[in-house]
Amino acid sequence: MTADNMTHGIDLDNLDRSQNDTRLEDEKLVISVENLNLFYGPTQALFDINMGIPEHKVTAFIGPSGCGKSTLLRCFNRMNDLVDICQVNGKITLDGQDIYSKKINVADLRRKVGMVFQKPNPFPKSIYENVAYGLRIQGIKDKRRLDESVEKALKGAALWDEVKDRMQENALGLSGGQQQRLVIARAIAIEPEVLLLDEPASALDPISTLKIEELIYELKKKYTIVIVTHNMQQAARVSDYTAFMYLGQMVEFKDTNTLFTNPSEKKTEDYITGRYG
Amino acid sequence: MNSWFKSGQPWIWLNAGAVSVSLIMVFGLVLLISVRGLTYFWPSDVIDATYMTPSGDTRRVIGEIDAVETIPRVQAADSGYQFEEGKEELTRYLLKTGNRDVTGADFQLAFADFLTDISYPEDLLVAERHEWGNFYGFLLKIKENGQVVAEGEQARDELEKRLERSTELHERIKDIQKGEIGAINYQMEQLRLEKRELELEKELTAEAEQDIEARRQALEAKYRVLEGKLEDLYRQNQRDSMLAETMSGRQIEIPLAKVVRTYYPNNMGLIEKTGFYLAKVWEFVSDEPRESNTEGGIFPAIFGTVMMVLIMSVLVTPFGVIAAIYLREYATQGPIIRTIRIAVNNLAGVPSIVYGVFGLGFFVYFLGGNIDQLFFPEALPAPTFGTPGIMWSSLTLALLTLPVVIVSTEEGLSRIPRSIREGSLALGATKAETLWRTIIPMASPAMMTGLILAVARAAGEVAPLMLVGVVKLAPNLPLDGNFPYLHLERKFMHLGFHIYDVGFQSPNVEAARPLVYATSLLLILVIVALNLSAIHIRNRLREKYRALEGG
Repeated sequence: MTADNMTHGIDLDNLDRSQNDTRLEDEKLVISVENLNLFYGPTQALFDINMGIPEHKVTAFIGPSGCGKSTLLRCFNRMNDLVDICQVNGKITLDGQDIYSKKINVADLRRKVGMVFQKPNPFPKSIYENVAYGLRIQGIKDKRRLDESVEKALKGAALWDEVKDRMQENALGLSGGQQQRLVIARAIAIEPEVLLLDEPASALDPISTLKIEELIYELKKKYTIVIVTHNMQQAARVSDYTAFMYLGQMVEFKDTNTLFTNPSEKKTEDYITGRYG
Repeated sequence: MNSWFKSGQPWIWLNAGAVSVSLIMVFGLVLLISVRGLTYFWPSDVIDATYMTPSGDTRRVIGEIDAVETIPRVQAADSGYQFEEGKEELTRYLLKTGNRDVTGADFQLAFADFLTDISYPEDLLVAERHEWGNFYGFLLKIKENGQVVAEGEQARDELEKRLERSTELHERIKDIQKGEIGAINYQMEQLRLEKRELELEKELTAEAEQDIEARRQALEAKYRVLEGKLEDLYRQNQRDSMLAETMSGRQIEIPLAKVVRTYYPNNMGLIEKTGFYLAKVWEFVSDEPRESNTEGGIFPAIFGTVMMVLIMSVLVTPFGVIAAIYLREYATQGPIIRTIRIAVNNLAGVPSIVYGVFGLGFFVYFLGGNIDQLFFPEALPAPTFGTPGIMWSSLTLALLTLPVVIVSTEEGLSRIPRSIREGSLALGATKAETLWRTIIPMASPAMMTGLILAVARAAGEVAPLMLVGVVKLAPNLPLDGNFPYLHLERKFMHLGFHIYDVGFQSPNVEAARPLVYATSLLLILVIVALNLSAIHIRNRLREKYRALEGG
């Protein structure tokens, strides 16, 4: 392997992966996708996707720009509903329930499936109010309960020590990395089952990126995490399972070690060795 | 030269020039209005001179030099004067001689060349009166019940003392008339309406009638007491009078009850004049108009303008914001919404008088007429809401400024980044929760911008108001101490209309002209004040939600 695999002082080849020597077939799936086809108007963006997201593991989606990985991620909390011309065929289940069925309350679904976006998007409110936002939406008014949940979420997002003395300050005064962790805290404050991360570190500097990655490692103990990333080293470092997507197709979905060291598809190998992408 | 053109320098000069011209024009305008308006209150010296008329007679003139102009000799010669050869232009004064009750006119023209023996007598008295304008002349005697009590030097001190007393009495009379008697009249009218209402509903029992009659009697008794008090005050106030001599040597007696204030302009120092000036300015902004608006203050007009704009803001903001939210957030964007948007934008271009006509036809006659039929049948045939009033004026202007608020709010909503909406939705908020908790607060500075533009436009608008509620002289303010305190059906006075009325509809145009400038200045100040407060609120909101600028 080349020096490509050395990032932030982490040697990919000797990475400790003792905890993920299980195989995909043995995992309990939280989300499963069956025959998913997605159209933006006349153009098809996803072709016949079949896959499952294992519980309490980190699943990474990699692939070149425009391959549909963010689109697929946004199907899990029905964020694609916001695009008028978007049409979804097929079935996605969360804990056995079809999330595209008419009976599903989208707001409830999104409480169960939290999401963090590429660019940090804190609200122009205080740090405290940002984290309490989801709780207040749920109608929680009890000050003590809010305080506890906010503290827990901020600790969970490894931000508590940095902001505990300035909870009432505007969240926009935080640095980019802090903002992104605040957004993660905001997402975990409502205790979702699944956390979707859409390129959470792409707008951040290396140190902040490292912090986010460490955080993902911590978070997977409690949450099922799906992460979209452009950065293959990042996928290799943080994920247990990796899906490689190309032009709207799911090319390969395996445990990360196998996918990176022994891909079965030519396209995957070409991509991870940097021949295109 | 060619390279100078290519460098873009001429373009910069052109732009800068345009900006400078605009600035100079704005400052020039404000300066002109300020100078003309503010000097009006300054007590200028009064001349005492001899004037020779064309027929060769001489007479004495006493007055303030109100304006100086130069006119061509030919024009002057037409009026019968013979001038020395060699002078092509002549100076002519406009003298304010007052004493309208004696001479029939306040002003007199005089050629400077024919004024001789100009002096500034220190004992020259100017008296501002409640009627007939100013008096210029010399104080002779003070009388009490027709008996002379002071003469000469003593008269001046006596006048001061007695004027103070009569001013105080006058205030008390006004208080009783406006306050207590006004309230009784209002209650009597309410009683009459109550009775009529019962009559209309055929529920006027003998008992009810007796009750109403008893209440009416009580009010009338109260009224008689007040009337007695008032008569007593009037009698007291008529005690004193002053005897004074005019420029023509005539002696006239002026009751002190008719005098607002007296002063000796030629005997006043700078400090005294400044004090007098400030008192006059204060009177102007705080008092009611006298003598068909050409004297006194313009407080009711200031009050009416501000109140109308405030009611308009209260009406237009929620309406415009709600419409904009629907257009931007809920409606499916397509040809229909595009058409609506174009229509809204075009509404902003409709001439304001057209809104006035619409307001008169729809609000006043249709809505107001129906409201009267439904809720105020007892007052008919006298209309309550079916006549122009402050409510309909505010509503008409709200309609006029609605497009501005809609457009600005839509602008603000569209500038909120998508990521913020997604962030909120991803936390399990519904669309409505996202709107209320995040989008609307963040768009509030834009809403305020819309409101600022709306206020700026509405406060200066006069034409539509003339059809839907403004009057030359409103007897009562739309807000007073009589329940329900806020009287939206009342007509009101407005600074813009006041300018038009005083300047062009008044019987005494010469006297009123400076008031036009003073009122214009005040109108500008009121609009600036309204705008500054709105801008202040907006800046505070911006500070709070500065996400948009941060990106």
